[in-house]
Amino acid sequence: MDLPLIWAFILAFAVLAYVVLDGFDLGVGILFPFLPRHEDRDTAMNTIAPFWDGNETWLVLGGGGLFAVFPLAYAVVMPALYAPIIAMLLALVFRGVAFEFRFRTVRWRGVWDIAFFAGSILAAFAQGLALGTIVQGIEIEGRAYAGGWFDWFTAFSVVTGVAVVIGYALLGATWLIMKTEGPLNRLAARHAWIAGAGTLGLIGVVSAWMPFLQDAFYWRWLSFPRIALVAPIPIMVAGAAFLLFRSLANHESNRRPFLSALSLFALSFVGIGISFYPNILPPELTIWQAAAPDSSLGFLLVGASVLIPMILAYTSYSYWVFRGKVREGEGYHQHGH
Amino acid sequence: MFEGFDPVLLARIQFAFTISFHIVFPAFTIGLASYLAVLNGLWMWTGRQVYLAVFQYWLKIFAVSFAMGVVSGIVMSYQFGTNWSVFSDRTGPILGPMMAYEVLSAFFLEAGFLGVMLFGLNRVGPRLHFFATLMVAVGTLGSAFWILSVNSWMQTPAGYAIAANGQFIPQDWWAIVFNPSFPYRLVHMVLAAYLTTAFVVGAVGAWHLLKDRGNQGARLMFSMALWMAAVVAPIQIFAGDQHGLNTLEHQPMKVAAMEGHFSTNTEGAMPLTLFGLPDMEAGEMRYAVEVPALGSLILGHSLDAQIAGLDRFPREDWPNVWIVFFSFRLMVGIGLAMLGIGAWSLWHRWRGDLVEATWLQRASVLMGPMGFVAVLAGWITTEVGRQPYTVYGLMRTAESASPIAASAVGTSLLAFIAVYFLVFGAGTYYILRSMRKPPEMDEEGPRPEDPIRTAGFAQGPHMEAGDNPSRSPAPAE
Repeated sequence: MDLPLIWAFILAFAVLAYVVLDGFDLGVGILFPFLPRHEDRDTAMNTIAPFWDGNETWLVLGGGGLFAVFPLAYAVVMPALYAPIIAMLLALVFRGVAFEFRFRTVRWRGVWDIAFFAGSILAAFAQGLALGTIVQGIEIEGRAYAGGWFDWFTAFSVVTGVAVVIGYALLGATWLIMKTEGPLNRLAARHAWIAGAGTLGLIGVVSAWMPFLQDAFYWRWLSFPRIALVAPIPIMVAGAAFLLFRSLANHESNRRPFLSALSLFALSFVGIGISFYPNILPPELTIWQAAAPDSSLGFLLVGASVLIPMILAYTSYSYWVFRGKVREGEGYHQHGH
Repeated sequence: MFEGFDPVLLARIQFAFTISFHIVFPAFTIGLASYLAVLNGLWMWTGRQVYLAVFQYWLKIFAVSFAMGVVSGIVMSYQFGTNWSVFSDRTGPILGPMMAYEVLSAFFLEAGFLGVMLFGLNRVGPRLHFFATLMVAVGTLGSAFWILSVNSWMQTPAGYAIAANGQFIPQDWWAIVFNPSFPYRLVHMVLAAYLTTAFVVGAVGAWHLLKDRGNQGARLMFSMALWMAAVVAPIQIFAGDQHGLNTLEHQPMKVAAMEGHFSTNTEGAMPLTLFGLPDMEAGEMRYAVEVPALGSLILGHSLDAQIAGLDRFPREDWPNVWIVFFSFRLMVGIGLAMLGIGAWSLWHRWRGDLVEATWLQRASVLMGPMGFVAVLAGWITTEVGRQPYTVYGLMRTAESASPIAASAVGTSLLAFIAVYFLVFGAGTYYILRSMRKPPEMDEEGPRPEDPIRTAGFAQGPHMEAGDNPSRSPAPAE
């Protein structure tokens, strides 16, 4: 049994779960300045209040899991991403407490609204910077990071940073379409159009840029006959985009925009996976070089194979408990239907 | 701006700062989650409104504390990598899986059921809601289990081998998880969390009793908290003594620093130093106030036991004796004060005037924050006492740090200090403001006509009598 490979898939799943779950609640924060009525901001906040904590836990699993199963990758990538990681953590501090604080004060509510927005957008941007930095390649010497202190700051990483912000805004807007009604629902649909167009455009830019950053990416995506094997990914991205815009145009479903946006994220994620494999930090560090010994991987796999399905079960239960639309001024204290 | 600073020292300060801020919240939420589960259970069992009222009162405070614990905890899970990457690479195969188990078995459980616990009473009914409260409490204890195991392994490493590339490789997971100091540390910490919470709850109860002796909620809080103090404080002192003996066995140098024991008592008994000023240069205790032979009695359980002093260890391996000596005394002093409050409350109970015991209530108010001070002092004792090692005896702190410039560590340290004081200062203010309000019997979250922002938390169950049959107390069937 190839334990490092199994763990690479589990960890990839955890990161994807984080991106889409915290993605939509960070996205709601990113949209805050575009929800002018404070009642709408209250309602938007109430749609995510029972979930954000569980969503963010996937980030802890991403970091803790990397430490556990690929300690060398963790030890290399954290110093390489020092500034974006610290910025993300501080942003998440502001944003996390804003959930509780803004409902406890009238005078300072505006301040916590700003903290929530700024924290959300900075966390998303820092995550995008981190992604861009890893994609463009990290310099390693021996068992340590050997690059510079500002390597994370390049034109490409700024573009991926913006892409993640706009992409999360799309997730947030489509989530609000699903969870709200009336004027806020229609406002969210307008935001979803703009964020959707931006997301699609930036997926295009990043996809076109990536093959020219590292030889392995070029070889995997643009050399014949591999181009035929990977072609379904961009075709499916086009399909998901079509479904997104059609459902936004038709208003026939409140769920379909969100599901289409999720598919866009999942497909982009698979695309990055195809570029990276078999590296965890391209171009040098492979999954097997970075992995902890089998005695560590096996020990954790026993628990993970029992606990992750349980986590998925009770997380789904929690989403089911708080299903349905959130009405203005009501939150979750009355039944939703 | 940080030229000339030692990056390792800055990284140590940053770690000490962020983890000291963090530990305060788990210490409180471990105890509070269990307290909320007990209140919820008593309400289900007896149907008495006062239990629900006190539950709702502390639930709001729990929500704020938990949010602050979560966000400061996320910082911790990344700090190993940013500032201590060499340590991460080498210990990852052992500590990583244990921390991942914490996330999988405990962190998700808390976070997953927190939403139902805070907002779900109306949606799922009392029984499932109680289950959610219970799962949050179990989750906080599970977190303590794994984190204490991780910390204990760094203090008393076991079950490992060292590979050619320098990594610690797990050989025996049972020996790793249940390493020699783990059971003592876990018991000591969980009891500390329970005592800390008890004294906070007791202080709030006492504060409102001093203003209104008739307040049912305040009477319940004060009485429950002081039962906890009376029962748990003596157990904690016993557990602490056992932990100390375990430390003497595995980390004798740390105990020598805790006791300020510079020279081994080669002839005669070791005294117990109550106070004094440690002089590390000269290797002696100045102005010592001592109790003869008590040191031998406590540590060796005999009147002439010989206890190793710091002179038995290389000078470059000593921890900072000042910090360890005084933080240990602070912790023990607060523990004894807690024991005293517990005993005092038993005397008033026996006389039947606990509610009228004004001086006890005043003392309880003063003792309210002392559990946090004791927890921090205890952690400082054990962590500074472990220096100069990250993995005791095997890996030095100086060789654990990331290849990062002092300017990066220093700048991020300043950012952490600024953000933490701002954010957690505001949080503490909101918590204290919640505590200033007396517990009301209809402490039931928002009413429909209230604007939602005044609700205390985003969506509370609103619970007028007869409004919704699903939330009347379930009869014990």
